[in-house]
Amino acid sequence: MSGMLKVSSAFARNISFTTLNKLGLPSIVTRHFHYTPSGKAAKVSEDISKQYPVIDHTYDAVVVGAGGAGLRAAYGLVAEGFKTAVVTKLFPTRSHTVAAQGGINAALGNMEDDNWQWHMYDTVKGSDWLGDQDAIHYMTREAPKAVIELENCGMPFSRTTDGKIYQRAFGGQSLKFGKGGQAHRCCCVADRTGHSLLHTLYGQSLSYDCNYFVEYFALDLLMEDGECRGVLALCLEDGSIHRFRAKNTVLATGGYGRAYFSCTSAHTCTGDGTAMISRANLPNQDLEFVQFHPTGIYGAGCLITEGSRGEGGYLINSEGERFMERYAPVAKDLASRDVVSRSMTIEIREGRGCGPEKDHIYLQLHHLPPEQLAARLPGISETAMIFAGVDVTREPIPVLPTVHYNMGGIPTNYKGQVLTRSGNEDRVVKGLYACGEAACASVHGANRLGANSLLDLVVFGRACAKTIAQENTPGETIGSLKPNAGEESVANLDWVRNASGSISTAELRLNMQKTMQTHAAVFRIEETLKEGCHKMADLYKTIDQLKVSDRSLVWNSDLVETLELQNLMLNAMQTIVAAENRKESRGAHAREDYKDRIDEYDYSKSLESQQKKSFEQHWRKHTLTKINPKSGEVTIDYRPVIDETLDEQECATVPPAIRSY
Amino acid sequence: MMDLNSNEREKSMTQTMATIFPRSCRSAVNQVRAFHASSVQNAEARLKTFAVYRWNPDQPNEKPYMKEYKVDLNTCGPMVLDALIKIKNEIDPTLTFRRSCREGICGSCAMNIGGTNTLACISKIDSNLNKASKIYPLPHMYVVKDLVPDMNNFYNQYRSIQPWLQRNDVKEIGHQQYLQSVDDRKKLDGLYECILCACCSTSCPSYWWNGDKYLGPAVLMQAYRWIIDSRDTQAKERLEKLRDPYSVYRCHTIMNCTKTCPKGLNPGRAIAEIKKLLGNVIEKEKPGLNTTALQN
Ligand SMILES: Cc1cc2nc3c(=O)[nH]c(=O)nc-3n(C[C@H](O)[C@H](O)[C@H](O)COP(=O)(O)OP(=O)(O)OC[C@H]3O[C@@H](n4cnc5c(N)ncnc54)[C@H](O)[C@@H]3O)c2cc1C
Ligand code: SF4
Ligand code: SF4
Ligand code: FES
Repeated sequence: MSGMLKVSSAFARNISFTTLNKLGLPSIVTRHFHYTPSGKAAKVSEDISKQYPVIDHTYDAVVVGAGGAGLRAAYGLVAEGFKTAVVTKLFPTRSHTVAAQGGINAALGNMEDDNWQWHMYDTVKGSDWLGDQDAIHYMTREAPKAVIELENCGMPFSRTTDGKIYQRAFGGQSLKFGKGGQAHRCCCVADRTGHSLLHTLYGQSLSYDCNYFVEYFALDLLMEDGECRGVLALCLEDGSIHRFRAKNTVLATGGYGRAYFSCTSAHTCTGDGTAMISRANLPNQDLEFVQFHPTGIYGAGCLITEGSRGEGGYLINSEGERFMERYAPVAKDLASRDVVSRSMTIEIREGRGCGPEKDHIYLQLHHLPPEQLAARLPGISETAMIFAGVDVTREPIPVLPTVHYNMGGIPTNYKGQVLTRSGNEDRVVKGLYACGEAACASVHGANRLGANSLLDLVVFGRACAKTIAQENTPGETIGSLKPNAGEESVANLDWVRNASGSISTAELRLNMQKTMQTHAAVFRIEETLKEGCHKMADLYKTIDQLKVSDRSLVWNSDLVETLELQNLMLNAMQTIVAAENRKESRGAHAREDYKDRIDEYDYSKSLESQQKKSFEQHWRKHTLTKINPKSGEVTIDYRPVIDETLDEQECATVPPAIRSY
Repeated sequence: MMDLNSNEREKSMTQTMATIFPRSCRSAVNQVRAFHASSVQNAEARLKTFAVYRWNPDQPNEKPYMKEYKVDLNTCGPMVLDALIKIKNEIDPTLTFRRSCREGICGSCAMNIGGTNTLACISKIDSNLNKASKIYPLPHMYVVKDLVPDMNNFYNQYRSIQPWLQRNDVKEIGHQQYLQSVDDRKKLDGLYECILCACCSTSCPSYWWNGDKYLGPAVLMQAYRWIIDSRDTQAKERLEKLRDPYSVYRCHTIMNCTKTCPKGLNPGRAIAEIKKLLGNVIEKEKPGLNTTALQN
């Protein structure tokens, strides 16, 4: 159409210009400009490898990850005066937070009277009483402030007619402790809430002096004397190794959806942080709880937000029946996600699936006014057209429960401090914090409610910054590192880069994903779980036969994908072993052979004549898993659930009860 | 069609034909999306050629070249990114490109496909088997490797417009929401959705030649997004920063940017609005509601 694009010497490199425009911008600089943001902080050493130059940096704090959680932690730290490095494998706005659609919960009361204690109740119930109530108390209480803060930073929320933040209905949200009907608590920016949130946070962080290390892949924690003293990372641009020595390290690396074949997660959701924890011989918590979102697009896996049901859409089976009315008479299509995903799976199993293979369900939106679809759900209308060829104003979208979120992760207290167990007590790991999907505070317990994750990111991202500020001062001296700290990780990196076995990264990854998809799905049973554990163990043994083809040091994505695969394997192994181990059904973990939830009491009956079951006999406890990275062998321990809130006066414990919607 | 002077480059092209056959590989259902295609798995292979720009800085003496790969569309997802991933997984793991969300929201996979700057993950494979699909990195950017361009200048320019809400009366953040009328909020539609993929800026001739000083359409549209936000009080200051011969005025309304934007946004229009504001042809409207009515 136009011959306008003439490219001739388009790809000449490394020419540097020094012109400054009015914005004081050092225009096209040489490519290495983001190498060492602060010259003094970095020095080169050859202590751990001659082949890979190692550059040492020193910071008050280093944040790994620049999704919603990492960014909130990072600028919170800078605001408190801490010299902070942000290490991220993706440019911040490419993080998977960008894909969140539906919204962020906070009891602002813009649509009807609301109260954060009701939000607290819903979250505890949603967690199937596996959530820690001190953390849930903290999160729901801080929620209104956190959302208003986002608004004040410029987040372009949709508006009510009186100019306030628009809030929609979302799954599992009720008024008056479950007795007042559906709540409208989910604050949203049309169906692009994550995108707006992430761009707002990134913009805000630019007003602070964060030192970004973009496209740096964190390899491992630097642990000395049981303390975390920083992190080791690979610079993708030139293959150099960077040792970030820091008094405080925050992990905000997101989830590991890519352990499964069909997921709503990005290719980069590979659980690197949880894997680093495992390699540091620290435990991960509750990894068996994997959320299946009811409405991933059949085939493509891309998400259709729960907000589509919040706006009035519903699910139908092949008979055109709105079947959720049968499974959840009150909440219907807005029952909690685990409940809806199971109901859909049952419909399909019983032969009422849609399509020629009867293997999916329809999500119907076309009874809604087109104006509402255009105003509130423009993004998913586009996605449905692109990935399913469906015009939502006319036809239903084919959907299927799809892996979406990891409730489990790095155990922390409500202040963001990473926990481990010793002598049956929680012990804080000094210098180490975690937040976001990588962490497990645990506010989501056995099942996360929609729109509670974005909230989790900003509340606990901020909490990490605050805790660090309370317990440290900027510029403090940091415990020393052994001269060869990180040596093992570099040795692994070198091994991977030169791996010359017979199995490609893509092949092993696919086998792992298929195994997890088949053996640790929506419904689980001993036989398939056991078989899955064996298969995974066999696959684990083949890691040392991997083959990597790209030997280059510059932007070696073959190398990175293989490092990510190592991480995924650590996550997947612990997930399936923990799933096999948990002999009950709770939240997202539904066992066909152990259909009941097993608490210290049977809450379906009167408690009076009952004997309290001992810790060993019941399952209302967190699973802690460790894995030997060499052998893949998983060991399991437990941690009690915290039922006490932060302040019984302000907000009483929500006592366990039978969960129905 | 946009002519990327491809003839010239193809002279140095090494013709490596890597072919995959329908059932030769165990991972026939490699991509999630590929199971769309499962019913036709046994059908005759539909081989499509992709010619991909390759360059590895580790071999400084080797010139950039085009490498051809043949992919069976019967066992491949519908998008160009599916094909690139299939090539990387099954034929050539050294092929290097950025990707993350695979649903057109993260902005990682921007590249030049068949002469147009777009996102590989939402761009359908052209099913014409007789024509090779040509894939280049975003034009006029420094290339780090293969399809990975250096985005640093672009990111720095974004930073320079101070993309955060600014007010001259902030007392305490996180205390009360600012009010914004539905109409004022509407003014942000078509602006805030930008994913910073740089497809537009790298299709703009002015940006190619003056990318050091001219901010380019993507960044200018974000500048405009903050200028017209009814909650932001610093429109004047923001505009003043743009008042120089280069930052805005290199835009000659060629509109390549708007034509190419994979999210259907209109940066060309945003720039035109900035020019009007700079020329005092129009003024920023007063907020429809008292922004700070709830504050105090
Ligand atoms: C499609 C979709 C829709 C969703 N919708 C909603 C919703 O409406 N509401 C809601 O509350 N929640 C939603 N969620 C869940 C929520 O979006 C995520 O749980 C959340 O965004 C995770 O944020 P994060 O900051 O923890 O991690 P991410 O945003 O995933 O960021 C991870 C960061 O870590 C970095 N990183 C990872 N590994 C490394 C490494 N090795 N080295 C360096 N850096 C690394 C990455 O670069 C990235 O910056 C949705 C999730 C999906 C998948
Ligand atoms: S309208 Fe302006 S910004 Fe857009 S392509 Fe043309 S010159 Fe570039
Ligand atoms: S305006 Fe469009 S093309 Fe330009 S960066 Fe934004 S999304 Fe990409
Ligand atoms: S992979 Fe995210 S936009 Fe294409």
